[in-house]
Amino acid sequence: MRNKFADVFFEESKKNKKLGLVVADISPAGSIEKFRKSFPKRFINTGVAEQIMIGMCAGMAQQGMRMVAYTIATFSLYRPFEFVRDDICYQNLPITIVGIGGGVTYSTLGATHHAQEDISIATSLPNMQVICPADPLETEAATKWCLKKSKKPTYLRLGKAGEYNFTKISNEKWSFGKIRLIKKGKNIAILSVGTVIKIAFDIINKSKNNLKDSSVYSFSTIKPFDTKTLKKIFKNYKRIIVIEESSGSGTVSSQLKAFAQEQRYFGKINTFNLKDEFIHVYGSHDDILKSHELTFKKIIRKIK
Amino acid sequence: MNNYLASIKRCKIYRKKILLLSKKLSALHIAPAFSCIEIVDFIYSKFINKKENIFIMSKGHASIIQYIVLNEKGLISNKELDRFCKPNGILGTHPDYGTPGIYASTGSLGHGAGLAVGRAYAKKVMKQKGFVICLLSDGELQEGSTWEAVMMAANKKLDNLIFFVDNNDFSGLERMSVSHKAFYPIDKKFSSFGWQTFKVNGHNYNQINNCFKKKNLKPKVIICKTIKGKGVSFMENVPIWHYRSPNEKELITALKELDNEK
Repeated sequence: MRNKFADVFFEESKKNKKLGLVVADISPAGSIEKFRKSFPKRFINTGVAEQIMIGMCAGMAQQGMRMVAYTIATFSLYRPFEFVRDDICYQNLPITIVGIGGGVTYSTLGATHHAQEDISIATSLPNMQVICPADPLETEAATKWCLKKSKKPTYLRLGKAGEYNFTKISNEKWSFGKIRLIKKGKNIAILSVGTVIKIAFDIINKSKNNLKDSSVYSFSTIKPFDTKTLKKIFKNYKRIIVIEESSGSGTVSSQLKAFAQEQRYFGKINTFNLKDEFIHVYGSHDDILKSHELTFKKIIRKIK
Repeated sequence: MNNYLASIKRCKIYRKKILLLSKKLSALHIAPAFSCIEIVDFIYSKFINKKENIFIMSKGHASIIQYIVLNEKGLISNKELDRFCKPNGILGTHPDYGTPGIYASTGSLGHGAGLAVGRAYAKKVMKQKGFVICLLSDGELQEGSTWEAVMMAANKKLDNLIFFVDNNDFSGLERMSVSHKAFYPIDKKFSSFGWQTFKVNGHNYNQINNCFKKKNLKPKVIICKTIKGKGVSFMENVPIWHYRSPNEKELITALKELDNEK
């Protein structure tokens, strides 16, 4: 995902001379390095200083440039939070804040590098749009939209590298603000947010019961919340499962439950999120998800 | 009339206007506005007459003086000024981006410097003319974010960036030379970060102007020694006037003092 973002950014930067990137001491992956070499003035590294990363982005955007702030999710959103709120959201500037390694992707680095609450925090901010692509293909479409179309602040949550392109089988194009059907089934609707789409596909590929014949949706735009498509989903399915690698009040799970109540949806809803805990566990990304009980096996057991 | 005398005349009018507005609001932040009136007057009379120049009021709590000047310049109407901090008006205690003549939403301290650095750098990238001017309170220099911005400005050699520091020696609570001794010297901190540094009497148009005549070789800071509440004796250096508005009797006394001032 990181590389896909970089490729798209580099291509766009050749066409748009007002496109700029501010990073805070993160090593530029793949094509970002090419961008840095080709357009050194439009690549700014503020060093280990996140408040000025956001402040400069805002000032440059006010001066007419299209700006992206880019670093690890915890440092692009948490550390400079009030700058994101006041400089970018309050002034309503079309800046993209990229959070790399959203969720618990940085599995060996501990909770200082885990962005469990990023979705909750980002959705709470007025004017902020929140996008969480499922794979490199969705990252490509979302990045293009952010760089070319967006008129407001956007938090773009990305994973790391090597994600499989689960959404390539979809008949629907990625579209900002829309829940996207990836695979059609009959029994239940599995709504997955971000890279945990792999768990959704495990459910339909590995389970032996009627779960096999379920629909998988990618819920990549979290804010604005796509109530239109949700209404259709409420109508067509008696059971909905949400899988997302985040916790807190602004997540898809919590928003969906509130909306279902409002709409008098009488089907079953099962939501699977990260725990509201700092877990002192290290290992692979899957190991950390396991300690948060966010695995195919655990989910299957709970929804039987 | 020379520039110096004209500035004195304008600033006296501005102070009176602010005092009269204070009748409408209990927390007008008079003293922090009075300390930077001559600086703001200088910036507007000298620089903001050109479209390419930008002024960010980082000490947003002193925005009332900015509104008064923008009113003089016709960008903010009398009607709007009358509705200051009222439900149907657009002007609040802190400046809001989008209001005519306002370049940034400030109010939370430590934000203006970064925005100014971003704007000045973007001007370089896009080869735009003009300067970016930012007025900071001295209290804002206690914010780490200000120094992140100061460092970046020097790294990027932003010779189109000018900071003014309203050094009235007071934060909201107390006198900084007493409570935070390591805060001083300010000029050496800036110069060690690679800035062109000046110290002047911030109530003196000519002294401020002299610094501007010197060519900008790198980011420039003009540290303006000022008096909080300047112009009204009982407001000068008294912390309560950071927020408070005068009562009827105090208002009459204050206006009289300004009238008698030579």
